[in-house]
Amino acid sequence: MSPDNTDDVNAATSAIYRAESRRVFATLVRLLGDFDLAEEALHDAFRAALEQWPRDGIPANPRAWLVSAGRFKAIDAIRRHARFDSIEEHVDRVEAIPDESVPPDAEAIEDDRLRLIFTCCHPALGADAQVALTLREVCGLTTEQIAQAFLSTAPTLAQRIVRAKAKIRDARIPYQVPEPQQLAERLESVLRVIYLVFNEGYSASSGESLTRVDLSAEAIRLGRLLVALLPAPEAIGLLALMLLQESRRAARTSPTGALVLLEDQDRTQWNRDLIAEGSALVERALATRQAGPYALQAALAAVHANAATTADTDWAEIVGLYDVLLRIAPSPVVELNRAVAVAMRDGPAAGLALVDAILGRGDLADYHLAHAARADLCRRLGHMAQARISYERALALARQAPERDFLTRRLAALAG
Amino acid sequence: MKYLCLVYLDEQHPHGIDDRECKACSDGLHEGGHLVAAEALQSVHTATTVRVRNGKLAVTDGPFAETKEQLAGFYLVEARDLNEAIQLAARIPPARVGSVEVRPVRDLVV
Repeated sequence: MSPDNTDDVNAATSAIYRAESRRVFATLVRLLGDFDLAEEALHDAFRAALEQWPRDGIPANPRAWLVSAGRFKAIDAIRRHARFDSIEEHVDRVEAIPDESVPPDAEAIEDDRLRLIFTCCHPALGADAQVALTLREVCGLTTEQIAQAFLSTAPTLAQRIVRAKAKIRDARIPYQVPEPQQLAERLESVLRVIYLVFNEGYSASSGESLTRVDLSAEAIRLGRLLVALLPAPEAIGLLALMLLQESRRAARTSPTGALVLLEDQDRTQWNRDLIAEGSALVERALATRQAGPYALQAALAAVHANAATTADTDWAEIVGLYDVLLRIAPSPVVELNRAVAVAMRDGPAAGLALVDAILGRGDLADYHLAHAARADLCRRLGHMAQARISYERALALARQAPERDFLTRRLAALAG
Repeated sequence: MKYLCLVYLDEQHPHGIDDRECKACSDGLHEGGHLVAAEALQSVHTATTVRVRNGKLAVTDGPFAETKEQLAGFYLVEARDLNEAIQLAARIPPARVGSVEVRPVRDLVV
């Protein structure tokens, strides 16, 4: 084969690596029953491909070839170690590896990816470990990339991943998609991990180094994968929510990194493609009539995304969606958001009465946004002294610099 | 009368007790007709805590660590994997008001 062809084959192999390596890995974990052995087998399989494919050509089904090569490499590796350790134990291990002489069909491989997701997001693993393991094993990020993304150190992340894998092995967390009766509960855990990854990327809006991976993009990729594998209403709802929030990314901070409120954002900067895709997914999730908290939050985001201005927003629709959300997932924060929507629909006095009732119960007494909302409503009613007290309270409770700057500016504007 | 003897050890520091010594101990108790059941447990990193509140299963990583609740009993169960063990633990009535810590048993290295 000519050198040109070798280059072509190498380029094609790289493309196959990017597209298939996590799929092949997911199947190898099932066959070998061990994450580390599967990772090693995956690399051995690709090394073999780089040697053999330029000579023999790329096989018709590269994925099946890689799974089969990885399986043989793992058996070789176990046999090599067997020379040093107990022979019987390793014979047992090799015999336990299922024979995949028949290449697994596409559906079985997709099941393996879902198995991998559910195993990495197993609730018996710590929340931090679920996130780290998912980014490492499902997304294929390196430990260094994950550490940078979470402003942590590589050894800390590596230890978290090693411990999680040890628990999977020692406590025998099974490599399977949960049974139908447990699926809903287990899916919650998967969705929470994906949304955590998204928010980590979304709130770190400025000042990040160029090498920092885009966690929001990773989360959206995971969300798309999950919807393709398991199109449950809440999986669709979460993907919609992430796309609609992502659509506002450019408009939510000023060039200097200051926070820009929804009502003050330049809506021409919103990404219309993401809004269209997110809105269509909202429709799809709501049509199932099993919309949960993610789908409802996405529906709220879609109402905002499709309004030309704050004044044009369908506030009655927003209040209605908050009513449904409060019924299925009651929380004081949702109640506060509903109160702000009521203020937009019926005027600031109606909203203030609701906010004061929530604060009166003591539920959100330490939540800076509750005081900021109260301050804003007082300001709009012309109660400047009350507004000042609430802005000062909010400022005393706020932690993030952009939020503190925003509240300081609001206080200064009151004086002027 | 049956008595439950609970074993506590600092995992962070080597305690120098050989598994063979533990095996000899349980063999001795067995021969004397005293042993009902004895098992060694995997490290605390493998622990999972199971609670049921309002009919909803809550699973968390790590050992049970509240000081206001005390050990009240135990079940030694046979399960295919951790998922099945969690489902069995959730059926234990005190899971609804207290907590059930699920720890895999390990084989002694003898």
